[in-house]
Amino acid sequence: MNVPISPLANARETDASFPVEVYRRDFPILAKTVNGNPLVYLDSAATSQKPRTVLETIERYYTEFNANVHRGVHWLSEQATRLYEDARGKLQRFIGAAEAREIIFVRGATEAINLVAQSFGRTRLQPGDDIIVSHMEHHSNIVPWQILCEQTGANLRVIPIDDAGELQIDAFERMLSPRTKIVAIVHVSNSLGTVNPVERIIRSAHREGARVVLDAAQSVPHMPIDVQSLDCDFCVFSGHKMYGPTGIGVLYGKAEWLEAMPPYQGGGDMIRSVTFEKTTYNTLPYKFEAGTPHIAGAIGLGAAVDYLNSIGMESIRRHEQELLSYAHSRLQTVGNVKIIGNAAKKAAVISFVLDDVHPHDVGTILDQQGIAVRTGHHCCQPVMDRYGIPATVRMSLGLYNNTEDIDALVRGLEVVRQVFGIANV
Amino acid sequence: MSDLRELYQEVILDHHKKPRNFRRLEGDVRRVEGYNPLCGDRFTVYLQMEGDIVKDVAFEGSGCAISTASASMMTESVKGKTRAEAEDMFQKFHALLTSPQIDTTGLGKLAVFAGVREFPVRVKCATLAWHTLHSALQGKEETVSTE
Ligand SMILES: Cc1ncc(COP(=O)(O)O)c(C=O)c1O
Repeated sequence: MNVPISPLANARETDASFPVEVYRRDFPILAKTVNGNPLVYLDSAATSQKPRTVLETIERYYTEFNANVHRGVHWLSEQATRLYEDARGKLQRFIGAAEAREIIFVRGATEAINLVAQSFGRTRLQPGDDIIVSHMEHHSNIVPWQILCEQTGANLRVIPIDDAGELQIDAFERMLSPRTKIVAIVHVSNSLGTVNPVERIIRSAHREGARVVLDAAQSVPHMPIDVQSLDCDFCVFSGHKMYGPTGIGVLYGKAEWLEAMPPYQGGGDMIRSVTFEKTTYNTLPYKFEAGTPHIAGAIGLGAAVDYLNSIGMESIRRHEQELLSYAHSRLQTVGNVKIIGNAAKKAAVISFVLDDVHPHDVGTILDQQGIAVRTGHHCCQPVMDRYGIPATVRMSLGLYNNTEDIDALVRGLEVVRQVFGIANV
Repeated sequence: MSDLRELYQEVILDHHKKPRNFRRLEGDVRRVEGYNPLCGDRFTVYLQMEGDIVKDVAFEGSGCAISTASASMMTESVKGKTRAEAEDMFQKFHALLTSPQIDTTGLGKLAVFAGVREFPVRVKCATLAWHTLHSALQGKEETVSTE
């Protein structure tokens, strides 16, 4: 849809530096005050804020084009269908998929993983087969595989991580065998920030004939991704973490696998013809999109992709990398702070603990100053157990964060230290 | 800052740093675990009854300042009470944090937790140990979860 992004959109691509103050104005929520202080939003890994262009695109869809897709011969339905399919094309190009039919719209990363587990995994796994995940997976990339193991008699194997929060790749490669059928691995860890060497993991897995499911929920919003050069078999991510709406996400799969997979859910749109004797399934991608999809969500996500393209994923990556190293060095100046996860390659996330102060208390005191961070186990209880801690404080970045946000966090942590009487010694 | 001072009062910080009755009870005791999945707070409350009297009560585990201080102050306030008095205190404490009116009668030092009212997500922290005790008083032994 042609909602203008902003008058400055074209200037951006040629702007060598990163005009973060200009981009901040694209996000209406950033002007809010929380508990009497300007909002400092450092929780984009949980969900990102939405730029005005996404909000306006959704509103415009509902005010001007709302209709069901693939169903009506009337003008509105044609428009809605075109916009919905345009969005699919935007997502295809954004992640470098070979064909639009390899983009399946789902609710989010979680649903996509469940779809792969139940449709791909369930028909292929035998008792004694292996599924490999890592110790740093989100619960969403553990539990669907545990369920699948129970259903099929396959075994779940876990790649260990070291003290720095890096995968022990040698251990992974020793774990691989002809029994390995699926490797499900997170690209960027939402709890540690580690960027995993997924190219190597995918190559090694393919040598043993295993298929790789890449959990890209925390990488797609932060760096350029090309599924064809990565050569992953499946790739999943959520719209709401990449400046799009909630309730919409993507399953990418190589057409070869998607073609062979049985439907995940039955209903309208996923069928070609239904009689009580036999139902013929629709072609890709519709075979996996049963029922009326989240049309507005998909179109909104398409607008988010346009927005990201107008800035450029490489620029976003560079900006966030600079900010991440700034945050690392500033946090190290705060007494009693211990950073959890010191991988050589990190993106957008820093988890830390403050000696003698529970993360939940840190979170409350920061919130009083308008600073939003996440505290808890971040749906990664195995990671917390690995480091022997119940929880961490996590700050995570989006393209709109600036050094002032980091400075506010550091000041906020000093207030925590004052409240708890552990001022500088 | 003023709301924060209301929440993190000196007494609370003191009990957080030096929790009282922070130990395991052996022998003929009831032992109930309390767990708050949101933040990972986990306590075990030990309760030793003598007839109808709370003879001893102690706890172990780890949690945030609010939940630790609340557990610590709870043990101090119910020791020596009858089962009915301890139950009554649980009801009053719960009401202090969750009912529309602030009523601190009969709560003594526990009134400092009124500040938690301003922080709805922290109410579970302050009441975790109390829910666990409540369960122990009723003779239950399963894990109490605040979810
Ligand atoms: C690495 C990772 N995988 C999967 C998910 C699940 O995403 P969603 O809840 O949007 O399905 C998340 C979200 O927290 C995540 O960070």
